Amino acid sequence: MATATEQWVLVEMVQALYEAPAYHLILEGILILWIIRLLFSKTYKLQERSDLTVKEKEELIEEWQPEPLVPPVPKDHPALNYNIVSGPPSHKIVVNGKECINFASFNFLGLLDNPRVKAAALASLKKYGVGTCGPRGFYGTFDVHLDLEDRLAKFMKTEEAIIYSYGFATIASAIPAYSKRGDIVFVDRAACFAIQKGLQASRSDIKLFKHNDMADLERLLKEQEIEDQKNPRKARVTRRFIVVEGLYMNTGTICPLPELIDDIDLISANMENALASIGGFCCGRSFVIDHQRLSGQGYCFSASLPPLLAAAAIEALNIMEENPGIFAVLKEKCRQIHKALQGISGLKVVGESFSPAFHLQLEESTRSREQDVRLLQEIVDQCMNKNIALTQARYLEKEEKCLPPPSIRVVVTVEQTEEELERAASTIKEVAQVVLL
Amino acid sequence: MANPGGGTVCNGKLHNHKKQSNGSQRRNCTKNGIVKEAQQNGKPHFYDKLIVESFEEAPLHVVVFTYMAYGIGTLFGYLRDFLRNWGIEKCNAAVERKEQKDFVPLYQDFENFYTRNLYMRIRDNWNRPICSAPGPLFDVMERVSDDYNWTFRFTGRIIKDVINMGSYNFLGLADKYDESMKTIKDVLEVYGTGVASTRHEMGTLDKHKELEDLVAKFLNVEAAMVFGMGFATNSMNIPALVGKGCLILSDELNHTSLVLGARLSGATIRVFKHNNTQSLEKLLRDAVIYGQPRTRRAWKKILILVEGTYSMEGSIVHLPQILALKKKYKAYLYIDEAHSIGAVGPTGRGVTEFFGLDPHEVDVLMGTFTKSFGASGGYIAGRKDLVDYLRVHSHSAVYATSMSPPIAEQIIRSLKFIMGLDGTTQGLQRVQQLAKNTRYFRQRLQEMGFIIYGNENASVVPLLLYMPGKVAAFARHMLQEKKIGVVVVGFPATPLAEARARFCVSASHTREMLDTVLEALDETGDLLRLKYSRHKKSARPELYDETSFELED
Repeated sequence: MATATEQWVLVEMVQALYEAPAYHLILEGILILWIIRLLFSKTYKLQERSDLTVKEKEELIEEWQPEPLVPPVPKDHPALNYNIVSGPPSHKIVVNGKECINFASFNFLGLLDNPRVKAAALASLKKYGVGTCGPRGFYGTFDVHLDLEDRLAKFMKTEEAIIYSYGFATIASAIPAYSKRGDIVFVDRAACFAIQKGLQASRSDIKLFKHNDMADLERLLKEQEIEDQKNPRKARVTRRFIVVEGLYMNTGTICPLPELIDDIDLISANMENALASIGGFCCGRSFVIDHQRLSGQGYCFSASLPPLLAAAAIEALNIMEENPGIFAVLKEKCRQIHKALQGISGLKVVGESFSPAFHLQLEESTRSREQDVRLLQEIVDQCMNKNIALTQARYLEKEEKCLPPPSIRVVVTVEQTEEELERAASTIKEVAQVVLL
Repeated sequence: MANPGGGTVCNGKLHNHKKQSNGSQRRNCTKNGIVKEAQQNGKPHFYDKLIVESFEEAPLHVVVFTYMAYGIGTLFGYLRDFLRNWGIEKCNAAVERKEQKDFVPLYQDFENFYTRNLYMRIRDNWNRPICSAPGPLFDVMERVSDDYNWTFRFTGRIIKDVINMGSYNFLGLADKYDESMKTIKDVLEVYGTGVASTRHEMGTLDKHKELEDLVAKFLNVEAAMVFGMGFATNSMNIPALVGKGCLILSDELNHTSLVLGARLSGATIRVFKHNNTQSLEKLLRDAVIYGQPRTRRAWKKILILVEGTYSMEGSIVHLPQILALKKKYKAYLYIDEAHSIGAVGPTGRGVTEFFGLDPHEVDVLMGTFTKSFGASGGYIAGRKDLVDYLRVHSHSAVYATSMSPPIAEQIIRSLKFIMGLDGTTQGLQRVQQLAKNTRYFRQRLQEMGFIIYGNENASVVPLLLYMPGKVAAFARHMLQEKKIGVVVVGFPATPLAEARARFCVSASHTREMLDTVLEALDETGDLLRLKYSRHKKSARPELYDETSFELED
């Protein structure tokens, strides 16, 4: 039955075709041809792409001149003529051929030339060779690494620790492992460059609060709370972090920890200073630290710490645990030199009295930073001539977020005797008077 | 990280591409003709080298089964998560503190899904601790898990003399102490282990200067600078070279350190297909002709980031073509030779020597000391003004501690060894032995019928496994039954469906060790049905004759 109706409809259509007027058919024909043409023609392109001919393009390529890869560097830039140390950078250091007392390397506990540390490193060298030839995931985990992580966790009284093979990379990999785009991080203005790079890599929102100013931090937190209430859905997925330094390298001050919080989630530290080794570690609860084993970039994608350096760090920890008295000694020495350096005309001491690394800044700075730097360098050079090795604190001026003023950094170590400390203080006083008059 | 379907092939003739009829991006490659290429700068340079790279595609049923395996794994993962949430199954993972439970969760649940449910089941194949030097044979500490890999404990036994096919020990220089390492012992005793200061302050030792001069001599360039960590060399120096308003053209499969360095610099990043010169040329043309997006200003500079050898693919960069493009479009070239320095080239000088090119033509030569030199750290070398600029502006020079002295001494010793400055030719012999071992190993594996990726001269050999279950079975079987330590890699370091085992051939592997490994692979391949290749070649014993592997130079 269906086919009959179909056929009948078809017959009707054909009849209609015969009966239609000519102009109607012609119009329909033209419309059909037009549709077919539109269907098969190319899509309309934006005007600009078809504007340049091949010849013009070749000319553009010929004419283009990029900047040079690196801009020229003036030959007398201090970084090109840096101090060359011959021999070990220990208490008596030979800088540029002159033997001086070292007030510049961060050798706080004097472990850089401790024979026990060297012996431990040597034993490890004999057993393992030097390199590890692989990241932690691919046969780069040695039993010394596991030992060191255990010892560090016990020493810091936390559940777990994870070690990195480079101090800078420790905090710079730890921060982006937790904080992602859209999270908020409250950080102190005087945070060091490594923290700044970690924050930059994490692409989170950064809110700076004034250095060691808890009231400012509280104000920012309250503002954030108001923001959250406006947009509760977003607030539920935004994580918030606070990043502070224990002892700020840029100012020598300590963060007011008790006011800040009651428990710390993650502690990150550097083994390159007191522990006389290389690398860094993070410690905290397992819940927090374990995440870095798969998402800490400096951990997963980089070769592990050479075992001899790990063994040196373990031995340094042993020494620290065996004589806890050295910390008190160090504190005493810091206090002594801090007091001795007060009252120098033209220089002020910046930093806590028990901080082993503090800064000497110009009391009245001249207008230009370059001039300040040159004055301070003069002081450093003359002290070097009198056998006291000092250094200016170096920064990358264009890259720092909050550039600290130029200063001389003085480091106190356990190995400096009281007499040497006195001598250093008086030398700096004399030189400052001569230069800054 | 890597996009699936990014494989390319370098054919012998540049204008001849064999396309598969189903139009996929992957192309099969068999030995093609001889490459004779005149470089664009007018200097004719002919080299009769066969460039043979292959990235064979898997048979369809394998891909289907792989995705099915992941699908089933995911379903079970949801089931287990459900059970754990409702307390039916005990949760072994660490959890947040009670006081902080109402904070925003620290980790996204989904991010951890893969880790919790798929990675955790097979994670005994990674992070295996060893307790000897990572030489050609090493000792693995045995560890077992009583709760399905949530926690491990050491039984105390040590599996001794496992053949090491996992560590990056290309020239065999990472071995336990012997008399030739006496200088390192001396340096350790005099200098100690730490430096405790940065390069700009009090941390530049005479050892660093000696090392930098030697590196520059080794690479035949004007100057070099060394850093304490290879990863940090990239992530801290690329931001010093380029900034906002510059363009970075980076290969698809570049290492994380290069990607991080590029991101930290603030420049615009565009990615070109892996080792694909046409894709790179298109990007370069667009960049030079149309300039920056929207403002149309010209780019300040263009930097091309490539690696010498890509460790996950085993491919070697197509340097002559890229140099030609670089000259035409006036871009700068940065090569990361982490896996190719010391391992590639007739005397181990890297990819520039491999292709017979002048190292001065590359703007920035970067490499690491971890792999062929048995130490740790990285370097950047090039013209003197580049290195001077980096000495002033590199983040690492200002803020990070310099390299430890015994490590520097180990690198000095290795460099002297390879260059022959210690009076013997052993260094050169090792480089040649490595090339022989590589060719032999790859040839045999291809004949057995495995799918191997990459260039026939690359010492990193990826063997495709595809299915996650086989990945775990392969690694466990090789260690426990055959006493061979292999490295397996899966998602996210490789595309989801292309999990692989990665072998690192070393110059200190003897022919017997390689034969043992090859036999074991043969058996395991049959057991696990891994021989997917459709290009099985017959075994030709005359090819194993050593003389036929002598390199042209």
